[in-house]
Amino acid sequence: MVAIIDYGVGNLFSLRSSFAAIGEEAVVASDPETIRGADRVILPGVGAFGDAAEKLRQTGLDRTVREEAEKGKPLLGICLGMQLLFEKSYEYGVHEGLGLLQGEIRPIAERIPAGLKIPQMGWNALKIVRESPLLKYTKEGDYVYFVHSYSAVNCGDALLAAVEYGAEITACAGKKNVFGCQFHPEKSGETGLKILKAFCETEAGQ
Amino acid sequence: MITKRIIPCLDVKDGRVVKGVNFQRLGDVASPVDLARYYSANGADELVFYDITASAEGRSLFTEILTETARTVFIPLTVGGGINTTDDFDRVLKCGADKVSVNSGAIRDPSLVGKAARLYGDQCVVLSADVKRVDGVFRIFAKGGRENTGMEAVEWIRRCVGEGAGEVVVNSMDTDGVKQGFDLELLEKVCAAVKVPVIASGGAGKIEDFITLFRTLPGVDAGLAASIFHFGEVEINELKREMKRNGIPARI
Repeated sequence: MVAIIDYGVGNLFSLRSSFAAIGEEAVVASDPETIRGADRVILPGVGAFGDAAEKLRQTGLDRTVREEAEKGKPLLGICLGMQLLFEKSYEYGVHEGLGLLQGEIRPIAERIPAGLKIPQMGWNALKIVRESPLLKYTKEGDYVYFVHSYSAVNCGDALLAAVEYGAEITACAGKKNVFGCQFHPEKSGETGLKILKAFCETEAGQ
Repeated sequence: MITKRIIPCLDVKDGRVVKGVNFQRLGDVASPVDLARYYSANGADELVFYDITASAEGRSLFTEILTETARTVFIPLTVGGGINTTDDFDRVLKCGADKVSVNSGAIRDPSLVGKAARLYGDQCVVLSADVKRVDGVFRIFAKGGRENTGMEAVEWIRRCVGEGAGEVVVNSMDTDGVKQGFDLELLEKVCAAVKVPVIASGGAGKIEDFITLFRTLPGVDAGLAASIFHFGEVEINELKREMKRNGIPARI
């Protein structure tokens, strides 16, 4: 069973539907017991990093997520949920993340030519940087859907896939049982569903 | 590189897809859920559902259709029509919409765009502008194109983007339904005025119209159309292959 964490940011309807579409049982959970009882955990999120990190802390779910990830339970952060997995973010100030992945969140505007629009909104082609169980069904050049103005940098060997948007932008990151997608797999058609399926087949680490 | 998006628009009335020619003479096309699934499997990058019903029954039927679509279609879904308050945003977002487009609602209450952007994020708020030339000036029309607001179009669009609209659909009433190509003059002005994604709407009749659009105006991010896709005059996969042949990035 997959627990989709509900901490009051964003709409989880499509995410839930996408697990149903690949035949995986998924529940929306805001209590630690359900999350501890699940085989896998999804950390979603839209909006601003500071607000989301604060909400996660207020609900105490930051501890649950960190504990479960450290026990080896597969965890996938999506969009802002992915950004929360890193050490810190520079979105409107400096905010602490969960520190489960190496790297930090910076505005893409710092790194791309001025003519390009922000947010990056639309479909972009994945360049696979490192083999990963998360991407076992994904091919180089597969398209996924992005909406974001910030991205992870200095991820070291946690960088799994990137896209070209005036600069190399982190699309997927991961280490052991902790994964993140900057794009929305639940909005990326068949390619996205295959990534969610691959996540559901990853094994617990330690 | 990010691709140019191709977006079919489904106007929904009483549970059916309709398409107006110059906003009149509505004709019936198909079940919105079936059509949405078909498009998602055949190259559409995104879908727009536009609720053109006014009745309460029509509205609840629309949200049912939306829910059913979002359950099985996994590409971005924008919903518009009858969006007047942040409660309306809430209603369609809960049914699986990713973005919400406002038109007359923003004209009636210019604070709506800002309020919605603060609640749901800029990326969620799409400004839809119906624009028509009146004595050589681009004007914003309200109520499905029936009422001239007197507002200058580019200024209105710039103002709404300043308030937090994260994307703009520019629908030219002069070219809509005429099938002689997009309104490049209007679109060029809008692209020069705002930095958010711009979606061109109104006037596509054939594949070449999209090629001309993206080649002439690199600032345009997406092309939207309805009847030419619904009636099979332009097949989306073929359009995208042709875009690629012409050096325009497209998701295939």
